[in-house]
Amino acid sequence: MDTFVQQLINGLTIGAIYALIALGYTMVYGILRLINFAHGDIYMVGAFVGYFLAFEFGFSTGPSLMGLSVVLVGSMITAALVGMAIERFAYRPIRKYARMTTLITAIGVSLLIENLFVARLGAAPRAFPQLLREQSYTLFGNAAISKSQILIFLVSVALMLLLQWIIYKTRVGTAMRAVSFNLNSAKLMGINTDFIISFTFALGSALAAAGGVLTAQYNPQIDPLMGIITGLKAFVAAVLGGIGNIPGAVLGGLLIGVAETFVVGYGQNVGVPTTFRDAVAFAILILVLLFRPTGLLGSTVQEKV
Amino acid sequence: MPILVKRLIAALVIVLLLIAMNQYMSDEGLFGFGVPPYYARVIMLAGINVILAVSLNLITGFTGQFSIGHAGFMAVGAYASAYLTVYHAQSWEHSLAGIVGATVAHALIFLLAILVGALVAALAGLVVGIPSLRLRGDYLAIVTLGFAEIIRIVILNIDKVGGATGFTVPGYTNFLWVGVFVFLTIGVVYNIVHSDIGRALVSIREDELAAEAMGINTTRYKVLSFVISSALAGMAGVLFGHYTQFLSTNDFQFIRSFEIIIMVVLGGMGSLTGSVFGAIVITLLPELLRRLPGDLSQYRLVVYSALLILIMLTRPQGILGTREFGLSWLKRAQRQPEGDKPVGDSKGVSIAEQGPPSAIDHAKEVENR
Repeated sequence: MDTFVQQLINGLTIGAIYALIALGYTMVYGILRLINFAHGDIYMVGAFVGYFLAFEFGFSTGPSLMGLSVVLVGSMITAALVGMAIERFAYRPIRKYARMTTLITAIGVSLLIENLFVARLGAAPRAFPQLLREQSYTLFGNAAISKSQILIFLVSVALMLLLQWIIYKTRVGTAMRAVSFNLNSAKLMGINTDFIISFTFALGSALAAAGGVLTAQYNPQIDPLMGIITGLKAFVAAVLGGIGNIPGAVLGGLLIGVAETFVVGYGQNVGVPTTFRDAVAFAILILVLLFRPTGLLGSTVQEKV
Repeated sequence: MPILVKRLIAALVIVLLLIAMNQYMSDEGLFGFGVPPYYARVIMLAGINVILAVSLNLITGFTGQFSIGHAGFMAVGAYASAYLTVYHAQSWEHSLAGIVGATVAHALIFLLAILVGALVAALAGLVVGIPSLRLRGDYLAIVTLGFAEIIRIVILNIDKVGGATGFTVPGYTNFLWVGVFVFLTIGVVYNIVHSDIGRALVSIREDELAAEAMGINTTRYKVLSFVISSALAGMAGVLFGHYTQFLSTNDFQFIRSFEIIIMVVLGGMGSLTGSVFGAIVITLLPELLRRLPGDLSQYRLVVYSALLILIMLTRPQGILGTREFGLSWLKRAQRQPEGDKPVGDSKGVSIAEQGPPSAIDHAKEVENR
């Protein structure tokens, strides 16, 4: 029972990170029908920006709440700008073209970011400075929750609530929903769709960057290729929940995080090697899509001629 | 001259040329001339990539289904055949050599390995295809990607084929094999596309609902194209494994599938010659960029990805679009100087690339928003 609770906590921690990244995938997809493959790399960029900010402002010497917030907010803002730049220069010119073309461009952007970081910084992993005095609290039994895990839960829940508020309570959020409903009609209603798309990229990228910095607190090793597999799983989470659906992304992320941890924790008891950790997300996805082709919370669209 | 004789002569010329090339590319060289091993390697890999791109084009270009799991089928073919050649081929080859001679036995065994690789990959394609092809668009894409990753991780856990440490495979592939199978693949796909099956596939690409309404069993044709394509990818995997003589599951990560799809899109979806071009360009580009001067060569992959984005921005329909490059192309170019431009919108063409936009397309486009 104790190990079960422990596994659940660890799984939800990873799941919260996946959820943060999945939100960006799902929002961009909801508006542009574009799989933004570069989004996983934004997560990596966020972690690296946090790394350099920590050294630049001298927060690397010791843990401080001030340092943590500066690093977190700073990397979120930087990543938002990077995301907007990517949208402006790579995706906007090809928005009208076939899906395949935009997909290849997205893959190209992803490769560009990865290769640029590898060329500049080298592929070797770096140790992220500790901005939080790590401490573990014992819950009931022997299950423990660490400070960085609490941080991940608090920050991700806060960001998700903030996102919910932006989307449902503000003018720009209303415009976002209108654009995702029908881009052309929204344009006719006088909505500046270019700005809304740009804003969506900024929001998604900021969330991914927050995910990057938070992960780096929990598991302080960052490298230029860290976004590939995490980004892919977050994308799977978004599809699992029903791509384009915001609560679905969160649900999918948490589900995959927990499933993955359980495979590592319990898999060996039933003969599943721990290397299947990376396969479990896809296995769940395939199973779910076979029965619900639009994901868990996705709405079924009636196909008309 | 009857068409059959013409084709036989063409095939004979191709085979003779390939044999000469094979000799030229081998370590001994042809009449004392030879290709340096590095170039030979690049040419071989380009050939294997051509097979992969052309076969994937059958799914994405002609059937319009969005598959990004081609590396998985390649892996299945490579590992299945390697299992055969590592554990059984030697004894079989030995006993066969007594009957037909060593060279023929060697070739026969490899042919068997290729067949086995293609068959197992086709089977994998069937198993993956039947459930996934009910899905559409991006959902299909992510499921094929997922299957490919699962295949890779399953192989990683089979100790008999090396697991995580890799699998050393005897070398069978030479230029002749690759060349013959490049032509075979192009021939097979060309003939499919120009048959009634091809018509059905293209109609599915253009409008799946309309195709179904016309009485085409869309699921059957989609699975068929998927299986054929997987078999060809499996063949490419066999050739690849027995060329590099070492298999590691890292060679078949999803980035490999991306690479293949990039070749197809870059060359132009729905163009066979385009896929050939795309495969050659994508194989050569990173190699050519090695020659960047001084510091820049460190950024060769950055330049590579930047070029990729640039090509997509400036020529979104791919190098050839849906057209084919051939002798008739030159004639048409003379007759119609502006024939190079796509129909309709001059700013590159989107979904309507394959034909003039219809009311149905428009309605669907609006609905998709």
